[in-house]
Amino acid sequence: MTDSKYFTTTKKGEIFELKSELNNDKKEKKKEAVKKVIASMTVGKDVSALFPDVVNCMQTDNLELKKLVYLYLMNYAKSQPDMAIMAVNTFVKDCEDPNPLIRALAVRTMGCIRVDKITEYLCEPLRKCLKDEDPYVRKTAAVCVAKLYDINSSMVEDQGFLDQLKDLLSDSNPMVVANAVAALSEINESSSSGSPLVEMTPQTVNKLLTALNECTEWGQVFILDSLANYSPRDEREAQSTCERITPRLAHANAAVVLSAVKVLMKFMEMLPSDSEFVTSLTKKLAPPLVTLLSSEPEVQYVALRNINLIVQKRPDILKHEMKVFFVKYNDPIYVKLEKLDIMIRLASQANVAQVLSELKEYATEVDVDFVRKAVRAIGRCAIKVEQSAERCVSTLLDLIQTKVNYVVQEAIVVIKDIFRKYPNKYESIISTLCENLDTLDEPEARASMIWIIGEYAERIDNADELLESFLEGFADENSQVQLQLLTAIVKLFLKRPSDTQELVQQVLSLATQDSDNPDLRDRGFIYWRLLSTDPAAAKEVVLAEKPLISEETDLLEPTLLDELICHISSLASVYHKPPSAFVEGRSGIRKSLPASARAGSEGVESTESQAAPAVIPAQDSLIGDLLSMDIGGPTVAPVAAAPAAPFGSAAMDLLGGGLDTLLGETSSSPAPPSALPASSAALLGDIFGAPAASATYVAPKTTWLPAEKGKGLDISGSFVRRNGQLFMDLTFSNKAMQPMLGFAIQFNKNSFGITPASPLQVQSPLPPGVAADASLPLATTGPVQKMEPLTTLQVAVKNNVDVMYFACQIPMHALFVEDGQMDKRVFLATWKEIPAQNEVQYTITNVMHSADSNFTDTVVSRMQQNNVFTIAKRNVEGQDMLYQSLKLTNGIWVLNELKIQPGNPNITLSLKSRTPNVAEGVFQAYDNILHG
Amino acid sequence: MIHSLFIINPSGDVFMEKHWKSVISRSVCDYFFDHQRKASSPEDIPPVIATPHHYLISVYRSSMFFVAVCTTEVAPLFVVEFLHRVVDTFEDYFSECTESIIKEHYVVVYELLDEMLDNGFPLATESNILKELIKPPNILRTIANTVTGKSNVSSTLPSGQLSNIPWRRTGVKYTNNEAYFDMIEEVDAIIDKSGSTVCAEIQGYIDCCIKLSGMPDLSLSFVNPRLFDDVSFHPCVRFKRWESERVLSFIPPDGNFRLMSYHIGSQSIVAIPVYVRHSLCLRESGSGGRLDITLGPKQTLGRTIENVVLEIPMPKSVLNCGLVTNQGKYTFDPVSKLLVWEVGRIDVTKLPNIRGTISLQSGSPPVEANPSINVS
Repeated sequence: MTDSKYFTTTKKGEIFELKSELNNDKKEKKKEAVKKVIASMTVGKDVSALFPDVVNCMQTDNLELKKLVYLYLMNYAKSQPDMAIMAVNTFVKDCEDPNPLIRALAVRTMGCIRVDKITEYLCEPLRKCLKDEDPYVRKTAAVCVAKLYDINSSMVEDQGFLDQLKDLLSDSNPMVVANAVAALSEINESSSSGSPLVEMTPQTVNKLLTALNECTEWGQVFILDSLANYSPRDEREAQSTCERITPRLAHANAAVVLSAVKVLMKFMEMLPSDSEFVTSLTKKLAPPLVTLLSSEPEVQYVALRNINLIVQKRPDILKHEMKVFFVKYNDPIYVKLEKLDIMIRLASQANVAQVLSELKEYATEVDVDFVRKAVRAIGRCAIKVEQSAERCVSTLLDLIQTKVNYVVQEAIVVIKDIFRKYPNKYESIISTLCENLDTLDEPEARASMIWIIGEYAERIDNADELLESFLEGFADENSQVQLQLLTAIVKLFLKRPSDTQELVQQVLSLATQDSDNPDLRDRGFIYWRLLSTDPAAAKEVVLAEKPLISEETDLLEPTLLDELICHISSLASVYHKPPSAFVEGRSGIRKSLPASARAGSEGVESTESQAAPAVIPAQDSLIGDLLSMDIGGPTVAPVAAAPAAPFGSAAMDLLGGGLDTLLGETSSSPAPPSALPASSAALLGDIFGAPAASATYVAPKTTWLPAEKGKGLDISGSFVRRNGQLFMDLTFSNKAMQPMLGFAIQFNKNSFGITPASPLQVQSPLPPGVAADASLPLATTGPVQKMEPLTTLQVAVKNNVDVMYFACQIPMHALFVEDGQMDKRVFLATWKEIPAQNEVQYTITNVMHSADSNFTDTVVSRMQQNNVFTIAKRNVEGQDMLYQSLKLTNGIWVLNELKIQPGNPNITLSLKSRTPNVAEGVFQAYDNILHG
Repeated sequence: MIHSLFIINPSGDVFMEKHWKSVISRSVCDYFFDHQRKASSPEDIPPVIATPHHYLISVYRSSMFFVAVCTTEVAPLFVVEFLHRVVDTFEDYFSECTESIIKEHYVVVYELLDEMLDNGFPLATESNILKELIKPPNILRTIANTVTGKSNVSSTLPSGQLSNIPWRRTGVKYTNNEAYFDMIEEVDAIIDKSGSTVCAEIQGYIDCCIKLSGMPDLSLSFVNPRLFDDVSFHPCVRFKRWESERVLSFIPPDGNFRLMSYHIGSQSIVAIPVYVRHSLCLRESGSGGRLDITLGPKQTLGRTIENVVLEIPMPKSVLNCGLVTNQGKYTFDPVSKLLVWEVGRIDVTKLPNIRGTISLQSGSPPVEANPSINVS
């Protein structure tokens, strides 16, 4: 036979030898044998064949031997489930042992054996151990519940272990509390329901805070992490919690420090940002973060990733600490790159000189990646701090002079960005750039250079030659370069048409005929057609003024940032991604920062069922206010008269029960909620004595066409909305000498596509001196063209005399459609999505009835009649806040926030819409409706 | 939480693994090896690596990688800190932590790991407690154990485990009661070409070796505690007392531990003990360069400066150095391009100096070098 025979025998020999040693009578020998077994196990050898022999050693009073056997069992029980049963008896017996160490060890090991049959036997001992008199056993048992949950979650729930675990939160021993917290949060994480197991109450929080001071560092991490999930009820609570957590910042364990930072960052959101407390807290946060940077590089890395978030959220904290982010020569590369990032974020006018000289040094380092990033950083500095732009450019020029290839290329890429930000300012350096043309071999650098040449073609004498040289290898270029080259040559042609015709034809044919890149082909065709049909238009399109590039292109999106702030110290903060994006099987619970506390307590409790992903950028106080609006309960009518609107069934039952006793047995069903449906707002108006007559606001007719211009025809009119249909009410008066006939009307293209829905019906002939009314139904399906101002409508009216032209303004409110009521969540989401620069503010002055106590309701009902729907209403610090939505005929949504102060005749209106140019008209409409 | 731990040696062998939950195949380390191949030096491997199903969090200590595998969202710092603590414990137990030592003490290591973590939750990480649970190995005890039949594993619950001072064991007795404090300060300064300080800060530590009987309650006060910008303490320090009186009051653990670390930031003026006069010129007349560095003491308050080491990471183009020192000796590693000059003591009367020529690869552009100095 072959040699392999010997291998098997030797292997068997080893196992066999161990086997005989295990069965030795001498304890010492046994122990040595088990040790050998464990040693082979740790290096990955399979010693499962020895299972029965090892289990036999289990019944011993020698603790070390017992421990070793347990170690073995944990590893191999899974592969030998039937054999593992043999061990159960010993386990159960050990759980009753007088020595707490053995009790704890037994329950701990049992939890680690993932065999169903063993798990069944675990329940009884575990229940006992959870109530054990020794805290060491209790804390071990707490963790065991989490293990069991991992193996068999339904069993844990059925057996009531969760409740027992919750009871441990109030244990007298802080270590037990900490482990219970840890176990609960692990169960939470893996539970499928996604809803938190333990409702954090101020009492539990208080207990946790007490335990925090006394437990081990790891326990502190667990407790702090679970505190981060709690939302304090009010400002005062947030502040006192912060005060109790602040000492943790001085802990030697970096994990504790960072977890504490997380809780503080989150709770700080609730405190007014100008308060003294926040200022002092901000000061206290800086030193611990700085200290983290002097620990091991791994800690530094994680800390830096988190600091990156913190700096974006609260730049104040570290604004004076620039120097600690200077790169050390022996930092690992991953630390260097992170530091660079943060340096740029902190760069400001005050420290830019320092930063720049550092960056210049970095650009001469050896590591290519780092140098590239440093050069990029110089460019970002220039874009961020305008005052430094000049110095940055000269630094970049110095770097280009070094002729180090990758430095030059990177520098050219960033100079392109600088040109975008500060057009026509630094073109003097172009000649230097052109000198390096030949050395560029990276597509991005080539594309950037070509862009620069095209952009400043009129100032570069030999631009055509330069571009032509690029054109030679057109087919081999990267598509990015090809596109850029195409555009640049077209630009050149438009600027210097005389001598570049050949060039442009060449590039167009290359792009359209010889390329199989659809992008390139399309762009080529577009240019070609533009140039061939209307060179002037082409000039306007191609050489159009470009919008300036924004300062911070690499900032995280605010909602994501806020979510990540809640995840400081976790993996999410290292990846800068929400956990749902990378953790498998996580239900969609997303954390959000608490709203600023100026919303009273009223709304906050009602958000119990926070199933909705309510991620709100709290820096925007407006939206912060919206958060405390009830998101969960869609039934709450936005009417003031419903202060006790039912928030949950519990409240409902209480109410119903109370009524039952009051009214005897008259009704078994609870009283109808006092919330009024939104549609009865008109009724409300009646109750509150608002002028009931004020139906839809109708502007008085205005004269559109005076008789002297209309050859004797005088037209006045207005727009009105009746039963969901837009009408143009017109009055024709004949001031001429003879009768008029043959009336017809036509509209020019307009912003809202308004067009007559039926022919004009006017009394015809219209005798002299007679006025006739006509109502023209309008449709919004006509051709659209943007007018200036938006609401302008150009009208042509024809009669037997002539064709008359006039323009009139459509009042915006006539364009508000009936289905303009937005769902509350949609409203919230939309408000959030629309960028802040689309927000417009306006003050409506001297609104009548403002002294009236029910003024807000009047406003609600009035606006309602005009198809402006109130989504929610809240009272903040005595001011009424109304959130309203409306929709225009062309489907544009407009979201408004009204701030009404009692007694103040002025109303502040903030408007958000994706098309903010409708704002003017909407303001006008509000003005009209509220004054009318 | 922490699922598994793999210990990997520099040549890329997993020589030890421990699983606290279900077993994870070592093939997960392949992702780590991928990154290892990419990194130019072992220090440059990113500490957090994401793989499709797991997260690998690693630390690099004593030329070994300790790779923890997690499957859920965890606090990475928590894992990093824990791994460092594991290595500290090994060092504490075996006086050094190398591959061969770990292999030699497989079982103790395994027991320790099992004691330190349960189901991914840290259980006992204080070395005082661990030492009560598992006695550190030494030859004497091994002999004694074989004779008496006792074991290395204690059968009683460690006394300090659940008390309010978990870091100290009870019943400590010494014939000579002594306590030593070491103040270690690292000055970190960046000095520009002209000699002015760009940035200087101090990172300091107070390490103690306390051998006192019973339950001693110590307090330590400072002359000028206001200097500390940021402090972090061993858990034994009473924070309230520090807040109110700026006095360190504590019941110390037994043995060696770090009492506090502090940071003195750039706002305070930091006295830098040495100055460097340098003239470094790469590329002089073609392919050579010259170097001339003199060290001198500065603001030493009368103390002598010892163990001075100067390191210069040279640019890639440097081939070799031919230098002469008047004190100490220098080495130049042509692979890492690191010039190390072990100066030793600075004598005020005869300032240490190093000078000589540097041979350069021809044709490469000149790059400035950043001399940096380590003083201890």
